[in-house]
Amino acid sequence: MNYHWNWPIFWELSPDGVHTYFATLMIGTGWTLLTSACAFILALVLGSLIGVLRTSPFPWAMRLGNVYVELFRNVPLLVQMFLWYFVLPELLPTAAGDWLKQLPNASFYTAVVALGLYMSARIAEQVRAGILSLPRGQRLASLALGLTLPQTYMYVLLPMTYRILLPPLTSELLNTIKNSAVALTVGLMELTARARAMQEFSFQVFEAFTAATIIYIAINMVVTFAMHLVERRVAVPGYLGSRTPAAGH
Amino acid sequence: MFSNFDFEVIVRSLPYLFYTGMAFTLLLTALATIIGIIVGTMLALMRLSGTTLLTLPATAYVNLMRSVPFVLMIFWFYFLVPYIGQWITFSVQPVKVGAFASCLVTFTLFEAAFFCEIMRAGIQSIPRGQVAAAQALGMTYPAVMGYVVLPQAFRNMVPVLLTQTIVLFQDTSLVYVISVTDFLGAASKVAQRDGRLVEMYTFAACVYFVISFAASRAAQVLQRRLAVIR
Repeated sequence: MNYHWNWPIFWELSPDGVHTYFATLMIGTGWTLLTSACAFILALVLGSLIGVLRTSPFPWAMRLGNVYVELFRNVPLLVQMFLWYFVLPELLPTAAGDWLKQLPNASFYTAVVALGLYMSARIAEQVRAGILSLPRGQRLASLALGLTLPQTYMYVLLPMTYRILLPPLTSELLNTIKNSAVALTVGLMELTARARAMQEFSFQVFEAFTAATIIYIAINMVVTFAMHLVERRVAVPGYLGSRTPAAGH
Repeated sequence: MFSNFDFEVIVRSLPYLFYTGMAFTLLLTALATIIGIIVGTMLALMRLSGTTLLTLPATAYVNLMRSVPFVLMIFWFYFLVPYIGQWITFSVQPVKVGAFASCLVTFTLFEAAFFCEIMRAGIQSIPRGQVAAAQALGMTYPAVMGYVVLPQAFRNMVPVLLTQTIVLFQDTSLVYVISVTDFLGAASKVAQRDGRLVEMYTFAACVYFVISFAASRAAQVLQRRLAVIR
């Protein structure tokens, strides 16, 4: 193999003249984590809302939830990013469109919104399945005790659902972190984009991608370990905590 | 809002979008699915073999693929495949690999990890008694797997495999990052050439939606018809 390895490349100055290549990768890691965290919070809030709508007794709410999920699940994330980044500002009134285009860090906001909405459809599916997995008696008993429907969800159904759903939600969080790499297509300089830039400037392809891969694996392990600790604390006694196989990334 | 929406640009570029772009996307999806399922099944058999020598590398491979972003893997293979080619063919120079072959290797190897987990769940869903009965009848390991376990495992997992194929179909759009002309790549090239981003990206989103939605509906129907009555 006639590839010239050069591991000390990480300590050389990158073309921005201030940071070493290692530092640029770390900044990228920061953007990856920030984007994923914001997107996941958005996805969790919206996903829970849609998931609740889809289990509510109102047919219009169920239909609305179904349309939402189908819409965001059946269009590739990359295309959704482009829609938010290139198409939305053109469809808005001129003033609003111009404001959006000139926003500092526009690609960051685009990535958060696109990734958040994309993941919310998946989380809505999980939340719906979680709520439906609860015994019917829990809903009936709380309603019989005089709780209103919102109270039933707030105090009885959702707390149980989240405790049961922690393992699948962990994998959705990991998916969010992985999918945040797609944001490089709208110009967000996150970890993969930084590794790509490092490869372009230094021609050290495999060093750059090895570093990025190791950082992603490390993030993955930390998240998995942390969520495992939380899982043990909040596990519902009496459940087997079984995971069902599902397709997806 | 839609007043200056130019439908003509879409009509004009339809042949290019579908004959060049969509043909690439569909061919890549189909081949990567078929080869991916074969490789994935082998990985699953390795993971379930009970021999550390086979279990360990398969598990490590699957976990590696599942913990890094697909975009990063596309970059990895884009640069790595020429060197793999060099290594396989013992040539002096890294081998020149076409865009399609490079994408096919990437998608096959990446998706194999996901198909492996699906097939593993499928194999584990077969009652242990069936394997014991087959062995008692004197069947060898390949016979037990080939005639008893895998056909049933495959049948049980067809809906999940189809769902994963739809995911794969949507993921093919990511080859955009290495400037390959798949359906989205074709749409994007027309969009930038004619300055018609809104029309082309909206149209691309609609096409992806229609195909994925129809396929997922078909998967649901199939799931109901394939369900084994026990």
